[in-house]
Amino acid sequence: MTLAELQLALPEIFVLSMACVVLLADLFISDERRGLTHTLAVITLVFATILSLRLMMAPGEVIYGFSDTFIRDRFGDVLKVFSYLILIGVFVYAKHYLRQFDLFKGEFYTLSLFALLGTMVLISAGSLLTVYLGLELLTLASYALVAIDRNSMQGSEAAVKYFVLGSLASGFLLFGMSLIFGATGSLDLNDVSAALASGMGESMLLTVGLVFIVLGIAFKLGAVPLHMWIPDVYHGAPLPITLFLSSIPKLAAVALAIRLLDNGLIELHADWQGMLIVLAALSMILGNVVAIAQTNIKRMLAYSTISHMGFVLLGMLPATQQGYAAAMFYAIVYAIMSAGAFAVLILLSNKGAEAENLDDLKGLAKRNPWHALMMLMLMFSLAGIPVFVGFFAKWQVIAATLSAGFTWLSILAVVMAVIGAFYYLRVVKLMYFDEPDDTEPVAAPVDFRAVLTVNGVAVLALGIFSGGLISLCVSSFV
Amino acid sequence: MLDWPLLSLLTWIPIAGAVVVAALGQRSPDMVRPLALIVALVTFGLSLLLYVGFDASTAQMQFVEKTVWIEAFNIHYHLGIDGLSLPLILLNTLICVLVIVGGWGIKDRPHQYMAAFLMLHALMTGMFAALDALLFYVFFEAILVPMFLIIGIWGGPNRIYATVKFFLFTFFGSVFMLIALLWLYLDSGSFAVADLQQHQFGLTAQILVFLAFLIAFAVKVPMWPVHTWLPDAHVEAPTGGSVVLAAVMLKIGGYGLLRFALPITPDAAAHLDWLVIALSLIAIVYIGFVALAQSDMKKLIAYSSISHMGFVTLGMFLAFAIARNTGELTGAGLGISGAMVQMISHGFISGAMFLAVGVLYDRVHSREISAYGGVANTMPWFAMFAVLFFMANSGLPGTSGFVGEFMVILAAFHASFWFAFAAAVTLILGAAYSLWLVKRVFYGEVANDNVASLKDLEGREWFMLTVLAVFTLGLGLWPYPLIELMEPSVQNLVEHIMQSKLG
Repeated sequence: MTLAELQLALPEIFVLSMACVVLLADLFISDERRGLTHTLAVITLVFATILSLRLMMAPGEVIYGFSDTFIRDRFGDVLKVFSYLILIGVFVYAKHYLRQFDLFKGEFYTLSLFALLGTMVLISAGSLLTVYLGLELLTLASYALVAIDRNSMQGSEAAVKYFVLGSLASGFLLFGMSLIFGATGSLDLNDVSAALASGMGESMLLTVGLVFIVLGIAFKLGAVPLHMWIPDVYHGAPLPITLFLSSIPKLAAVALAIRLLDNGLIELHADWQGMLIVLAALSMILGNVVAIAQTNIKRMLAYSTISHMGFVLLGMLPATQQGYAAAMFYAIVYAIMSAGAFAVLILLSNKGAEAENLDDLKGLAKRNPWHALMMLMLMFSLAGIPVFVGFFAKWQVIAATLSAGFTWLSILAVVMAVIGAFYYLRVVKLMYFDEPDDTEPVAAPVDFRAVLTVNGVAVLALGIFSGGLISLCVSSFV
Repeated sequence: MLDWPLLSLLTWIPIAGAVVVAALGQRSPDMVRPLALIVALVTFGLSLLLYVGFDASTAQMQFVEKTVWIEAFNIHYHLGIDGLSLPLILLNTLICVLVIVGGWGIKDRPHQYMAAFLMLHALMTGMFAALDALLFYVFFEAILVPMFLIIGIWGGPNRIYATVKFFLFTFFGSVFMLIALLWLYLDSGSFAVADLQQHQFGLTAQILVFLAFLIAFAVKVPMWPVHTWLPDAHVEAPTGGSVVLAAVMLKIGGYGLLRFALPITPDAAAHLDWLVIALSLIAIVYIGFVALAQSDMKKLIAYSSISHMGFVTLGMFLAFAIARNTGELTGAGLGISGAMVQMISHGFISGAMFLAVGVLYDRVHSREISAYGGVANTMPWFAMFAVLFFMANSGLPGTSGFVGEFMVILAAFHASFWFAFAAAVTLILGAAYSLWLVKRVFYGEVANDNVASLKDLEGREWFMLTVLAVFTLGLGLWPYPLIELMEPSVQNLVEHIMQSKLG
């Protein structure tokens, strides 16, 4: 272990240390001054951003460290930077809710920072072992986060459900990894790839291993048919946790898929492509169609997540650089849009009652025109209407699918996008065309409103100036 | 002076205006209307500079602006106009002024109303000027957002059904165009419209691309049988929304066919021209009969629009039949020029008719023909304008409605007697439904107390109807300036589509 290696992992080391500092510091902070924990956590993320940006500015070549278990590349740095930025948003949004619902405790911050650390390790994973390590760190912290409200039956139920199914999926993944290890004799993703290229490994063993790995990935992404936990957990968890689950872990899941399937198992592309096609098509169809029938907006957004993950898979299945860049762009953009959408729900939650029915959005344009406009932009962006950034995400994955020759799949994708537009339009309709039941203006702290504004405007600005983010994603896969 | 990036200014000034108007609205509501009007007038003034500086002797793109937008995909922010887009941009900026004036009396959230219309017009200008296919698509789709809100917020009782139907219909049509554009990009490596027009590819692919374009633009035109969203949208939209929809938005489909479908896939267009001609003739004749049966004035005008837009699509696709049947190209340009004239003229006339219905609706709050009768007795000046516009709608010589229809029918004779015959039926049908409406609403005895208490036009209404009347008559009596403006571009287009692109 050299100093240079430690420098590669500086952001991870920093986040780990700070997570421990937050944990300890929180013990000595009284309830009235709990805001300090929040500030400390946000500062941690700001510095982590600076550290990762410094690495990102460095020359673009891929560097391996810690006996090749750790990869530093553009892809990882970009994903990490967006994870920090989105998590800052999550913290600010969550604070408002946690205060109102008497949940403002230090655990939320510690657990979130550990989940972030897991995401970071996963993003930079160079061997099957680091992949699993990162993933488990992320998911264990997530289980606990879902159950953060001890008094909520719903929350506990969701947490148990998530835990049981999540462990099963982790088991699948681990089993798949062990079969791959057995066939190739290595845990290192590059060595696995090299071994496969040289024709090593029994094909039966590899195929079975691959199936389990793809199942594990599908679960983490929430792709059909392993999507059942998404609506229940999204519905059961408190809003800020749902907000968290729909943002950072999605970036982690995309990193998981790209690290395993591209870095490690690219030789088996012909096999996994077929599986991803099925997952993508089913996710887009089921997610969009079932979302229409929802009256609970958390469940609606949960099914919308499923359909969006179908689009992400669409970007991955051609196994081209353009496709990966499109999937990465999509995941980042989705995390931003989804965070904003859940934030508006937090905004609408009053003391003691979460806004979770579609009717709670009624007449928002009259109660709070500015935030209604933000939600309008987020919804049109999720629906994939230009000039919002969601369009550029959809457009790129469709271009990638089309260039790989899957014309029918791209036609299916656009038809599903039209069907999906319906339920996003319904949200706009409720906000703008209906009269509010409750005419009281919606209040929120300044920092909350500022972050929500940045979030909404980002959806527009990233669309108009989409060239920059697209180049960043494309340059991650050169 | 002409070094200004005029097209960008025309696109972005109203957008900036919309943002300012929407932001100001909460604090100083009195500022909203004058400010929106100033923005619209400035935009209109700038568009006149386009007209002044336009060189009508060439088919080259003019006022070109080009910078890289998305480097990774070779997409440019590329604007420019030729004789096909300039008249539509002028129409758009003119209608924008009228709609802002027309919306002066809106009570519910006037700042958002004005902002939505400024945004809508800005996006349409950008779309008509876009020379990069993806940029075009972005504007083309973005237009849906303000229109969705305009119908949904300020519309009639059944507005939500109408606006969602409008949105989903157009969105569904356009996604196929997106796939076609992506396919073309992957095949040719460029999104530039000029490159796509020169790109050579096989017949099967051309047919598929052509059909994708046709679905997208047929919904916008709208052509039979995908026209059903239009009557709903028109009936429910506020007056301003109906005016924009009829006057400018319907032209997007026709413009798209001229800019994309015909020049990019000429062989497929030649192959499938029978399909478009058949759909156009069905629209002209069948929808003409449907219009005759309407009892709601806005619905009647909506169906009349569909029938008139049938002329536009007919005129555009006659060229191939003419070339096949006569072996020469006389009349091919005439058809396309006629289609363009018809689009512009329909912009004035349909806009004016919707304004006229709006004038009545503001006073009586009914669009039913049976609620009126003898309006000419109480509103003589208004009746003068209304009769003029309904006459123009039925194609009275001397009005702009006659010029376009006459040119298209003349071109249709070159192609086939029966095309011309079927198209000419509309002159009778158009006269029938237009004049019958005039008789029932304006003439006869005063029908009821509502009509008896009607007051004649106010200053604002005078202004709007006079402007449109001047253009309707001006274009009808002296269409030459418009035709001259388009001539090189139309000739260029005709020559381009007659050359096979089968690579």
